[in-house]
Amino acid sequence: MAETVTITVDGVEIEVDRRLSLLQACELAGAEVPRFCFHDRLSIAGNCRMCLVEVEKAPKPVASCAQSLMDGMVVSTKSGVARKAQRSAMEFLLINHPLDCPICDQGGECDLQDQAMGYGTGISRYGEQKRSVQEKNFGPLIKTAMTRCIHCTRCIRFLDEVAGVPALGATGRSESMEITNYIEQGIASELSGNIIDLCPVGALTSGPYAFVARPWELVTTESVDVMDATGSNVRVDSRGREVLRVLPRLHEDINEEWISDKTRFAIDGLVRRRLDQPWMRGGKGLEEVSWERALGAISQHLESRDATRVAAIAGDLVDCETLFTMKRLMAAIGSPHLDCRQDGMAADPDVRASWLLNSTIAGIEEADACLLIGTLPRREAAIVNARLRKRWVAGGFSVASVGPADDHSYPVTELGNVTDTLRRIEAGESPFADAVKPLVIVGKGALARDDGDAVLGAAARIADVLGAIQEDWNGFGVLNVAASRVGGLDLGFVPAPGGLDTAGILNGAGSVVDTIFLLGADEIDTSNLRGAFVIYVGHHGDRGAAVADVILPAAAWTEKDATYVNLEGRPQRAQRAVFPPGDAREDWRILRALSGVLGVPLPFDDLDSLREAMIEDVPHLGVIDSITPAPWRPFGSTRAMSDEPLVPAVGNFYRTCTISRASPTMSLVTDAFLPGVAQSAPCS
Amino acid sequence: MLQDRDRIFTNLYGFQSPFLDAARKRGDWDGTAHLLARGAADIISEIKASELRGRGGAGFPTGLKWSFMPAERPAGQPAFLVVNADESEPGTCKDRDIIRHDPHKLIEGCLVAGFAMRATAAYIYIRGEFVNEARVLEAAIDEALEAGLIGRNACGSGYDFDIHLHRGAGAYICGEETALLESLEGKKGMPRLKPPFPAMAGLYGCPTTISNVETVAVAPTIMRRGASWFAGLGEPKNTGTKIFCISGHVNEPCNVEEEMGIPLRELIERHAGGVRGGWDNLLAVIPGGSSVPLIPKSICDDVAMNFDRLKDVQSGLGTAAVIVMDRSTDIVRAIWRLSKFYHHESCGQCTPCREGTGWMMRVLGRMIEGRAEPGEIDLLQEVTTQIEGHTICALGDAAAWPIQGLIRHFRPELERRIEACRRNARQAA
Repeated sequence: MAETVTITVDGVEIEVDRRLSLLQACELAGAEVPRFCFHDRLSIAGNCRMCLVEVEKAPKPVASCAQSLMDGMVVSTKSGVARKAQRSAMEFLLINHPLDCPICDQGGECDLQDQAMGYGTGISRYGEQKRSVQEKNFGPLIKTAMTRCIHCTRCIRFLDEVAGVPALGATGRSESMEITNYIEQGIASELSGNIIDLCPVGALTSGPYAFVARPWELVTTESVDVMDATGSNVRVDSRGREVLRVLPRLHEDINEEWISDKTRFAIDGLVRRRLDQPWMRGGKGLEEVSWERALGAISQHLESRDATRVAAIAGDLVDCETLFTMKRLMAAIGSPHLDCRQDGMAADPDVRASWLLNSTIAGIEEADACLLIGTLPRREAAIVNARLRKRWVAGGFSVASVGPADDHSYPVTELGNVTDTLRRIEAGESPFADAVKPLVIVGKGALARDDGDAVLGAAARIADVLGAIQEDWNGFGVLNVAASRVGGLDLGFVPAPGGLDTAGILNGAGSVVDTIFLLGADEIDTSNLRGAFVIYVGHHGDRGAAVADVILPAAAWTEKDATYVNLEGRPQRAQRAVFPPGDAREDWRILRALSGVLGVPLPFDDLDSLREAMIEDVPHLGVIDSITPAPWRPFGSTRAMSDEPLVPAVGNFYRTCTISRASPTMSLVTDAFLPGVAQSAPCS
Repeated sequence: MLQDRDRIFTNLYGFQSPFLDAARKRGDWDGTAHLLARGAADIISEIKASELRGRGGAGFPTGLKWSFMPAERPAGQPAFLVVNADESEPGTCKDRDIIRHDPHKLIEGCLVAGFAMRATAAYIYIRGEFVNEARVLEAAIDEALEAGLIGRNACGSGYDFDIHLHRGAGAYICGEETALLESLEGKKGMPRLKPPFPAMAGLYGCPTTISNVETVAVAPTIMRRGASWFAGLGEPKNTGTKIFCISGHVNEPCNVEEEMGIPLRELIERHAGGVRGGWDNLLAVIPGGSSVPLIPKSICDDVAMNFDRLKDVQSGLGTAAVIVMDRSTDIVRAIWRLSKFYHHESCGQCTPCREGTGWMMRVLGRMIEGRAEPGEIDLLQEVTTQIEGHTICALGDAAAWPIQGLIRHFRPELERRIEACRRNARQAA
């Protein structure tokens, strides 16, 4: 532990880390210090003056958020002087505040409201005209009511420091000071929604959630996000059968307390284009049928088929339980053709280190250099990008990139987008002068191509050459984009010996393969599937369902208890917040029921025994929220890479999966911030 | 009264040229190399011995302030002297006259002070409205540079010292030292939190000392004539000479260099031609620029003009800008106008000042006509104490003090107006 000091807070003596601020020390001593502008993860502003406390021998009350600690300090947070200062600041904050709580979306979860209960007076002594401030255009996601603003500048500091998008600032002086974007356009940051959480008042509220619900009407469920592979911890707030909002939950090692805008705002896609009952292709196209008929039809179809002509492809949002059940079902049927990589991304199924971000997200902070290969983390994993930026802000961190150039929100040495550069780095031309703990991060875009295994091999060897592979440091990482991918690979949801991979299945559809299970697989080329019997198990009517012969409606991530493994290899559990709509069922139950109908019943009837079997198969899936390190072994191929430039995995950040493609909000944001990008740009 | 031989600013009125030849004749740049040869520590101890206090308003002991600069720095780290020439305090115009009529006093002072605190360069931050002053100063800096007095091997001392002039854009808050640094760095002028103090992390994060123009400009003369000479003027802890700026209802408003501690009445009557209509026509005086509380005639009669004596009467010397108000003054309106100034100039960064200055201004605005409740006088007083001492910088205090002075000395006037207004309302009804 770092050097400590002993201070006395309200008569309580406490020994604390010298590096803390007085405010944090007071909290550790059990004293409550009100604050608005202070935030643990932002720089100190000291402007709200709410946290003033009395310090012995100081001539005036001291802003505790900005005060460093000195040994022997005697502090009072509740003395007359301190209380007067705190109450004064509160009164000043309220005189120009509209006090429109009844029509304010922040009502019920408002710092100003809460602290006014403790530090405000019951009556207003201010009888003059109040200030009013023009609304600002912060884009479709953030609704402003700037008259309510108390000028804490948290939003400015967040965008400057964490998001790296200096879009906001304060103009004007005195009472005319306004928080504004200098030019009238929205805040084009994939993390912009976090300023809604940061705003201690109702000045910045969620646009799509405006006037939808009050906090006390909501039921909160703790879960994890699947909009990318980061596995951000979230809380899902629902009312009745509808998910109304998603907010971040603290997880220091993953998302700290931020989430991306897609995580936060794509949820309105959960109630649109949903598959809520089984469908079957008949004479007049798709027809609604009962579960019995749908399952019966599949059974009837399979009866006369050769099991080795059955295949399964899993999509990007599929949970481990479903993947495990499907894998077991395929084994029971006797088919070797299964793949969880609908994009055809390269990975060595035998070496777990070949598909993980081995450094872990928190480990990024220990690195001192980073080579990005064919990846734009800002679009592919915004939260990981925030961590990279955090590391850069701390200083002594250089980033280089082989791949498409972009604004990463921190300076990056662009080494060009030619695979030859990789060869040269492998041959010893290090882009870093003297990196002790380098990172090599490979994007899915670099792996999901015909020579993906060659790029993977090159990247692995580069990691070795740069010194990223050490006894206690593995800097090699794959930046996965799909929430299901690591889980799928961990479970071995890959072609069994003699089996076909995704490309093989798609190419062989109608010839070597005539029955295909699509587990929420939509980001594939479906043009060749007409010749096969396609069974789609999923929750959204997207590309996969369109070509299906039987559609089995399943549950989205908010509607099931499920395990997901994030890109670090950390198993986490999502929990059911609402029930699936209509006749839709949890995916694994559908497959379990199908196995019964097919006469190969799987040996589990409930979630617990399923998990038991799954964990027996892959033990680390049972170690929730902890990372089982993957041993390093050479992997990938040594064949030559093609000269094709690397293409990023994500074109349109806002619309990457069936849920976000169904989301009207994501459509609005795409129009607002990515006018040139096609609305339905696919994942791969 | 100050003898002519003790005057430091011998060209305060611009009767002679401000430029180098004339300045040399006035004794500037005389033996500067010799002064520097005495060494940094010696200069600081001499300034300490002179008991010079900062002339910018706060009156902090100058030698002590200069000594805060670290003696040893990591290799390659610069340190700066920043001269605060953003003279915007209403009533104050001393730095302006120094700059336009005696710029070489300031430039030589920069060299001496900069050398004493081991600075690598000086920045002079001049108020944006001082257009001609900036031109004169720029020309004087160029002259000095050409003559080898500053720049590389300044005055042949072997010490390199550059002086840069930076023009502000006219915000009062940029006269606050840390806001000045922000502005100098190209950011919005908003005060920084202290600590860290500028001597540790100031301009561009490097050790920096900010001093007022007058403070810096008197340093070479103190060094030449000795600390004992300077300390012999005035009284202990309030030594030396000071430029007083006398404005308002006097017959001959002027700037004048006088001995610290001169009685206010003598100052006004001897140098400013007396109060308009005679001493008995005096209502009140703001003795130190708009930020200090006013004092009524009864106190003016025998108060002496220095830091401690004015503090004893709950006011302050501030910048020594004496604003005289005779009995024709609407004292409430006058203070309201100051209040409006502070409202307009509040930077908006921290809550009490941003919100409180508007509140005070509006209440006081109604009180001009008496449109207020009697209880609002106490409310106003309390609001001033809610701002005072709770803000990041001293501007909050500066906004509160004039109103506190008004209530302290003119409460009956406020009550009379409120009562008259209520009486009129009753009669009208």
